[in-house]
Amino acid sequence: MIASYSDAQTSQVWQVLEAVPDPEIPVLSIVDLGIVREVAWQDDCLLVSITPTYSGCPAAELIRNQVGLALADAGFATARVSEVLSPAWTTDWISGTGREKLRQYGIAPPEKATGRRGLFSPELTIHCPRCDSRSTECISEFGSTPCKAHYRCLDCLEPFDYFKCL
Amino acid sequence: MTTTCDQKDLFTYVLRLGDSGLVLGQRLSEWVGKAPMLEEEMALANMALDMIGQARNFLSYAGELEGKDRGEDELAMHRDVGSFSNPLLVEQPNRDFAYTMVRQYFYASFAERLFEQLQHSADSRLAGIAAKAVKECRYHARHSGLWLVRLGDGTEESHQRVARALEELWPYTGELFEMDELDRRLLQAGVAVDVQAMRADWREALDQVLVEARIPLPSDDTWMHSGGRSGHHSEHLGHLLATMQILPRSYPDANW
Repeated sequence: MIASYSDAQTSQVWQVLEAVPDPEIPVLSIVDLGIVREVAWQDDCLLVSITPTYSGCPAAELIRNQVGLALADAGFATARVSEVLSPAWTTDWISGTGREKLRQYGIAPPEKATGRRGLFSPELTIHCPRCDSRSTECISEFGSTPCKAHYRCLDCLEPFDYFKCL
Repeated sequence: MTTTCDQKDLFTYVLRLGDSGLVLGQRLSEWVGKAPMLEEEMALANMALDMIGQARNFLSYAGELEGKDRGEDELAMHRDVGSFSNPLLVEQPNRDFAYTMVRQYFYASFAERLFEQLQHSADSRLAGIAAKAVKECRYHARHSGLWLVRLGDGTEESHQRVARALEELWPYTGELFEMDELDRRLLQAGVAVDVQAMRADWREALDQVLVEARIPLPSDDTWMHSGGRSGHHSEHLGHLLATMQILPRSYPDANW
C-alpha cells in the first residue's frame, strides 16, 4: 500500500464489497462469506483478491465480474480482481454476521472447528435452522450447490440445507 | 516457483494431475440425467464439478509452464488419446452405480493422501491447488466409502455388484502408486509426492471399508494394468474424448 491512498478509500472499497451478494446465497455478501482475501493498492491500481470456495465453484467467475462492476460503479475504474488459491478457503472464515444471516435464511451454518471427519466417525449434530431442534438427519452429503448438504428436521419435518464444513 | 527443477518435468507432472481430474470429472458427469435417485444425481454432479475445477487449476498451470500459449481449454480439448496421461482407472466406464462408487473410492482415497502431502510441495502454486483439492477429495472418499459399505452390506444384488466391481477394478489400482524417473527427480527437488510410500496407508483404509462392507479383500499379488501415464490407454478413453471434444473441435471458436 502506498501513502497516496488513504485508509478512508480502503474502507470505502470494503463497503462496496460488503454490498456484493453471493450469487447462490444472496443474503450473504462476499465479505460475510470470507472470500475477499485482500484489498491493496499498487501504483494507480486497486487490487482485490478473491478466493473460490470450491475448486470448481461455478459462481467464481460471476463473482469476479460483479466485483469489478461494483467497484467501477463506485468510481474505482482501474480495479483489478484476481483469484488466489492459497491459503485455501475454510468455512471458519464465514463471519458471525454471515452465520446468523444463513440461519435466518433457512440454511444451517457450518459447525465451527470440525476438522477432518473419518469414514466411520459419528454423525455431526446439526441444528434445524427453523425450530433449532437437534434431532435432524442427513438426507444427502451433497445438496443444491457444491457448498451444501441436505438435511431434514425430525421435529418440524422441514428439509433444509446445511452449509458443509470445509 | 521456489525451487529448481526442470520445467518440462514439472509440466508433465502437472499435466498428469490435470488429466486425471478431467477424465474422472467427465466420466462422473455422464451420470447427469440418469442417476438412480435425485440425491445421488446431485452428488455425482458435484463430484464431477470438483474434479473439473481441480483439472482447470492444474491445466492452466501446465499451460503456463509449457510456454507454448496453450491454455486449459487447448490442453483439454485439442489433444488426442496418446497425449493424455491419466491413469487407466479413471477412464474406465461407469457401467453401474456400484462400479462408479468403487472407482470413485479408489481414486478419491488415493487423491486425498496425494494432495495432503502435495500441499507442502516446494512449488507454491501446486501446494495452493492441492490445499483446495484435498478437502474436496476427502469428502468424495467419505461419500463413496459409505456407499461401498451400504451396497456391500445391503441386498444380495447390491453385494454381488459391488464385489464384482471391486474385483474388476482392483487391477487398475497399481498404476496409481507407480513412480518413474521423472517423479523421482521431482521428489528429490521437494516438488512431487512419494506415492509409493502412501500405498500401505491407502490399503489399510480400504480394508477397513471392505471389512465393514463384508466384501472379500483383494490380493496384493494381483497382476496390475499400467500405461495410462505414458499415453497407452484402454479402448475407452478415445470414446470419452470424442464426446467431450466434439464441440470445440467442430467449432473451434465457439462461444456461449
